[in-house]
Parts: sequence; structure tokens; C-alpha cells
Amino acid sequence: MEDTILEMQDITKLFPGVKALDRVNLSVKRGEIHALVGENGAGKSTLMNVLGGVYPHGSYTGRLVFEGGECSFREIHDSERKGIVIIHQELALIPYLSIGENIFIGNARARGSVIDWDRTYRDAEKLLDLVGLRENVHTAVKDISVGKQQLVEIAKALGKNVKLLVLDEPTASLNEDDSEHLLKLLLDLKAKGVTSILISHKLNEIVEVADSITILRDGATIETLVKGTDDIEEDRIIQGMVGRELVDRFPKREPRIGDVAFEIRDWSVHSPLDPEKKVIKNVSLHVRKGEVVGLAGLMGAGRTELAMSVFGRSYGLHIKGKAFKDGKEIEIRNVRESIDLGISYATEDRKTAGLNLIADIRENITIAGLRKLVHHAVIDRDREAGVAEDFRSRLKIRSTGIRQKVGNLSGGNQQKVVLSKWIFTKPDILILDEPTRGIDVGAKYEIYTIINQLADEGKSVIFISSELPEILGICDRIYVMNDGRIVGEFGRAEATQEGIMKCIMQSIGENGNGKH
Amino acid sequence: MGSIRNFLKDNVRQYGMLIALVVIMLFFQVATGGVLLVPMNVTNLVLQNAYVFILAIGMTLCILTGGNIDLSVGSVVAFISALCGTFVITLHLNVWLSMGLVLLVGLAIGVWQGFWIAYLRLPAFIVTLAGMLTFRGLTVFMLKGLTIGPFPDVFQQISSGFVPDLLGGEDAVLNIMTLVVGAVIAGLYVLVQFSQRLHRKRNGYASAPFGLFLAGVVLVVAVIGIASYWLASYRGLPIIFIIIGILVVAYSFFTIRTVPGRNLYAMGGNEKAAQLSGINTNRVLFFTYVNMGILSAVAGIAVSSRLNAASPLAGQNFELDAIAACYIGGASATGGIGTIVGAIIGALVMGVLNNGMSILGIGSDIQQVVKGLVLLFAVAFDVLSKRKARV
Repeated sequence: MEDTILEMQDITKLFPGVKALDRVNLSVKRGEIHALVGENGAGKSTLMNVLGGVYPHGSYTGRLVFEGGECSFREIHDSERKGIVIIHQELALIPYLSIGENIFIGNARARGSVIDWDRTYRDAEKLLDLVGLRENVHTAVKDISVGKQQLVEIAKALGKNVKLLVLDEPTASLNEDDSEHLLKLLLDLKAKGVTSILISHKLNEIVEVADSITILRDGATIETLVKGTDDIEEDRIIQGMVGRELVDRFPKREPRIGDVAFEIRDWSVHSPLDPEKKVIKNVSLHVRKGEVVGLAGLMGAGRTELAMSVFGRSYGLHIKGKAFKDGKEIEIRNVRESIDLGISYATEDRKTAGLNLIADIRENITIAGLRKLVHHAVIDRDREAGVAEDFRSRLKIRSTGIRQKVGNLSGGNQQKVVLSKWIFTKPDILILDEPTRGIDVGAKYEIYTIINQLADEGKSVIFISSELPEILGICDRIYVMNDGRIVGEFGRAEATQEGIMKCIMQSIGENGNGKH
Repeated sequence: MGSIRNFLKDNVRQYGMLIALVVIMLFFQVATGGVLLVPMNVTNLVLQNAYVFILAIGMTLCILTGGNIDLSVGSVVAFISALCGTFVITLHLNVWLSMGLVLLVGLAIGVWQGFWIAYLRLPAFIVTLAGMLTFRGLTVFMLKGLTIGPFPDVFQQISSGFVPDLLGGEDAVLNIMTLVVGAVIAGLYVLVQFSQRLHRKRNGYASAPFGLFLAGVVLVVAVIGIASYWLASYRGLPIIFIIIGILVVAYSFFTIRTVPGRNLYAMGGNEKAAQLSGINTNRVLFFTYVNMGILSAVAGIAVSSRLNAASPLAGQNFELDAIAACYIGGASATGGIGTIVGAIIGALVMGVLNNGMSILGIGSDIQQVVKGLVLLFAVAFDVLSKRKARV
């Protein structure tokens, strides 16, 4: 029997209303590079959080065996002591500290509680050598590129005598050269006996370096493919990632599609963090009356940035391009103008950007369209309550009343408050960004029904989602985005998950993924 | 009676501190042998604390925008006071013209601080800390460290004058004018309440249970009645009462019933969400501080009028009194929660504690300790009850 370093058995993790992991199994052999693939929301990150002790022992069920011993991690520190280090997508470096300081943070080279700076920097230099990074250890981390920061993270992990290294989308924000260097480094580390788990959307890289591949879908293990015995072509992996039966999870709608309601042409946006960097690259798209148009793509493809830059320039710098509504060119200079022009946008993150959690349902629903309730500069609070009651019953917001604090509602009901708020602005074009993220299946169905009603009323809906099945289920037409570009367009009839996935993967192969 | 319980539960934050205020008042009423609520003392209590009421109104708005505070108000009060002294006493300008000028200066100070806070997004704490030092320095510079006074009679009237009793005679026991004003206010209140209720019924909107509604109206009318009788049996209606009353009603209305008022709450609750709902949060923040500047000027006029002098030491620690009043009155330290009426109740709690302990002959050292503990416990109670409500 081969030497297995990690065995995760029957891991089940519940979140309120959602089964994030359902009896997942993962077995990793010592000294291999094990890839973990799956769509967004398939449960990869949740599984790694279980492994790393972010979700403490007891908050999930199942067995976690590392190096032959069963583990019950209570916190990240416990797993790191065993030699498991997870490098997350968002790098955990402190920008104003030096490379050397960052490498040994939480793992200080110290005598007693006094830090030995000479040893710190000498050891840091050795580690940088190991990962092939030629930088002065005294340089502040903020002054080096993201690719190099990634290497510092790996050096930091090596400084902890890592046995199992987990990399979550390590090459997502790297360019071609940096990615290649990183993959080579993984192979070097493998030769030195370090086992790694690699999470990535870039299937070409996975095919290149992985020894085995585990595919997750909807929180369950689908299969594990082993190099040499199984076929590990990209197409084969995609099929595993998306190949599910489509049951009737979407309400039916007979589309009645009219004229073009809204259109953007040659839309370009630069990043506010890095004004040199173009985030949205000459995007043109349109949406018709009564049409639901999907924007598919992986996280970081630029869909949110596109939507927010259109919505009153609430994102980005140097926004260029033309916007047309009902055939007339319009200029949208701020959010207020956008709402007044009938273009509304419901944010991706309802908690941080969509709702005032300490206010009640009524105030949240009316805030964006409050002017409609004003008579002689005074808010008609009775009418306001009437509006809120109406939405509460129509959208079935389960609550004790319109005075309930939004922060106490479940995710699905919070999302319905967000939808109410934007429907109340009476938009002609409604952009919905991940409206069903993190909510249960029943609430999803209700939200699809609301979207269908809006389309039936002749409104245009732009639907952003990372879940392909729902995009296929409710959209009349689908744009595929990657790296700030539209890379494909599908009509309802010709769209398939495989087709869209292939479209994304191809463009990643050509341009790289602009993920951060 | 479930509906009454729900209604009370929704408004418990408001009523909690009101009940505390009543308890504190009753305690001192007994402890001082009835001196606390003697008409003369009640009038004095309000006159003494006029500046806290005025500043706490402006401070509530600042805190609502996101827990921002204004540390400069005490120094601005002193600066305005110094300007009043210079204009009226040194330069012999017309009193009304001088007041107009200092209000403009207050506005300019608000614009200055608001610019740094709202458009350059420097922390309000730092900008107003700088303002606290700057305006205190300017005050001492302008007065050359000396106190100047006295002000002409008409200026003194603002905070120590009473509305003349046009209706009653010289030797009347009660001030008739005050009673009439009280009756008119009570009548207006009843009229507004009933017409609103009728409107709600007619349009099928929910309204409070009738028993509770009636109890509320009766209670408010009783309070107005007792207050006007009390005032009438001393010297009548102080002018500063009218000023504060108008400010409280106007700002309550503004925060609850207008869009810019609601925007304050939206911004304090979640600024990002407010921006994405079409609210220009920079502008909201800017005008909040402009407003604070103007109200500081109003408080400055009231304080110089009461002291009847412009002193370089005026206004010390006023900012802390105003901030404490807001927090005792239920404002959230992170913004988005709080009311004008709450801040006024908070200011009254502090004022009654001050006044009651002074009557009892308790030294200002102990008074400070008590006030400090009251602030701490009031906010702790608030935070803990909120935490419980969340579960």
C-alpha cells in the first residue's frame, strides 16, 4: 500500500440552510501534487478550511487523518504545528513590513521573547534562495509584485517546516512567466518531498503538474483521476466538473423579447488601485426589453467591475465608452443619475454593500427610491410603510414585520429585501450580481420567479452568476466574460455548460485569467 | 395586549432612558426635600444647560453619520463668544448685526472643518482635535487672555430674559402668557396626532392601538400642562426655552421625516450601501459639519449672553458634555442609531445629576465621578441589551 499523508473521510459541513460539504473524501499520497478542481461554490475552499482548522473540529463531521494520526484541529495554529500550511487567494502578508519580517511572522526566530534579527534575516535569505526569489530581505512587501509576494508566502510556509502545502488559486493573479516559475517551484518542492494540494481553475496547468486530480461538485466528491491510469485531458475534467443532471429547478417563462433597451459600446475601465491597468477591455453588449441576459465567467472575470462602472461610475477610473438607452446616447455620471435613468444594480455582497443591517426592512426597501415617497419635502411615512408591507407580502419576505432589523433575517430573505429595494426604484434595466449566492434552494427558486416576473413586465435583467446551471436555467442569452473581455455569446438554444466552460478555458489559455 | 407589548419592545431604547430620567428626578426630588422641581430651579436647570441641548442636537447628527464626533465645539463656543465680545463691547456694533456675523463665522468654521473631513476624508477626530486647539488659541489671542464684559441688556435677554407677559397684569400670581402658549402647543399637538391617526385609518395603514395612542396623547398634554403651569408660577417662559424648543422640533422633524435626515441614518448604518443607493455621502458629511459649526455659534451666543462676558476660558469641556448626552441618549458609537429626543433626554440626565448633587452640596469632584459612571453604565446597558436582542 502506498504511503498516504492525508486522508479526509466523509467530511460533512453544514452552514445555516446550506450543505456546503456532503460526505467528501480526499486522499493525498505523500510526495505528490494533488489538484482539487470544481466550479465556484463546489466546496473546495470549505474543504481546505476544514483541513486548516479554520472551521474547528466539531463544527463538521467526518474523520481527518494526517500522517497516520487522527487530528482534531481547533484553530489554524494546530494544523500549522503538524506541518499543514494553506496559502489563501488573498495573501496574508503585511504590506509595510519587510520580506524577512513577513516570513517569520508568528514563527519568530527568537531567544525567549526577544527576536534575533540577525538569524531572522539570515534564515529568510536561505528561504528566498530556496524559492528562487532574488530580492533583498529588507524590502517592504508592498514594493514587490504579486508574483513575488506569492513566493514570499511559500517561503514563509517552508520556514514552518511544511509537510503539506495547500495553494488556493496561486497563479490566478500572476502573469505567464510568474506562473511558470511557480509551477516549476512546486515540482522542485515535490522532488524535495513536500506534498502539495493545488486548487486552480487553470486546467492546462493542472494537467501539466498534477499527479492526481480530485473533482468536487456541489459539495460532493465526484471522482479522483490518477495520472497514468486515468485519462486526464481537459475535456474529461470539465465533464466531471459540470456533468450533472438538470432537474426542474427553474421556473418556466415564455420570453417576449422587444427592442434593444440598453447597450454599451467599447466600454473600458481602469483599476482604481492601479490606474495603468485596464480591468474592462472594450466590452460591447446589449439587452432587450423583456430579456434576461446572463453574464457568465469565473470569479474575477470582471463582471462586477463592468456592472459597477456602468452603474453611475461606482467603480473604476478613466471610464470610456458609450451607453445607450432606448437608442439614445446617455451619460451616467453618478449613482443617483443611474437610478433616475432607470438603471439599477443590486450588489454582489448584500452584507457589506447592499443593506443597512442595523436598520429595519422598511428603511432598507425605500432608501434608494425615497424621493417617490416625498410630499412637500416630507417623507410620507404611512405610504412608506404601505410600500414596505406590499413588498413583504409580494416577495414573501419571512419576518416578524416591516420593523424587523434586516441583520436578523436569513440570507435568502435579506436578498429579497435587496431585490425589493431595487424593484422599488422602478428600473427599466436591473443588473443583479450573484443574487442567489449563499442562499438555499427554495429561496433561489423564489428569486428566479421574481426575475421572470420582471422580464414579463417588459423590464430587462442582466444576471451575473458564477453558477452555470442557473445561468442556463433562466437566461435568454448569455455573454461569457474572462479577463475583462467578452469572450463568447450564446443563445438559449445553443448554450451548454461544456460549451461555456470550454470558452472560458480557451480564453484563459490565450490571455491568462485576470483574477485577483 | 400583545400589540402593546410589541410596540413597547420596538421603542424600549427610547423609553429606557426616559424612565431612568424620571427615576433620577424622583430620587433627587425626595433627596433634596422638594427643591429640585421648584419652578425657579427647573427654569435654572434649563438655562444652565442650554448650551448642552444645542450642541447635543448637532452632535447627534455627526454621530449618526458613522460615529464621528466634533471635539472642537467647546473651543468654537469660546471663539464665538470672544467675537461677540469684540463686536458688541469693543467695537460697539449693533447687537443683531453682531449675531448675524458670528452665525456666519460659525458657518465658515463648519465649512472649513467639513471640507477636510468630508472631501479629504481626514478622520473627524483629528480634524476637530486640531480645531479644538486652533480656536482655543485664537480665542485667547483675540481676548489677549482677558475677560471682557458686560454685554448690553438686549444681548443678555437671550439667555436670561423671559417672554413679556402681555396678557397678565403686573401683580398676577401666574404668568398668563405662558399658560396660553402652553395651551396652544398642547392643542396643536392633539390636533396633529388625531388628524394623522384619522389619515392612517382612512388609508388603511397600521397605527398604534387606540388605548396606547390615547395614553400617549394624554401623557404629553399633561407634561406640557404641568411644565407651563410650573413656568408660569415663576417668571414665565424663558426666551432660550423657545429657541431650544424650536431647534428640537425642527431637527427631530428633519431627521425623521425628510430625505436628507434619513440619509444620515443610511450612511451611518452602511456607507457603502448608502453610496450604492445614490446617496452622496461626502455631501451628507460636509453639511453635517457645516450644521455643527452653525449650532456651535448659536451655543456660543447663548453662553456669552448667560455669562454676560466673553471669557477665554468659556466652553471648556462642552464637547464632552454634548458627546456624553448623545451616548446616554442611546446613540450608537458606530453611527446609524440615535435620535434628537434621545440626546435631549441624555442632556437632561446629566443636567439633573449636576443640579441635584449641587443642591445636596456634593462637591464637583464626586459629581464628575457619578457622571462618568452614569455614562459608562448607560452605554454598557445599551450595548448589552442590543446583544441580547440579536440572539
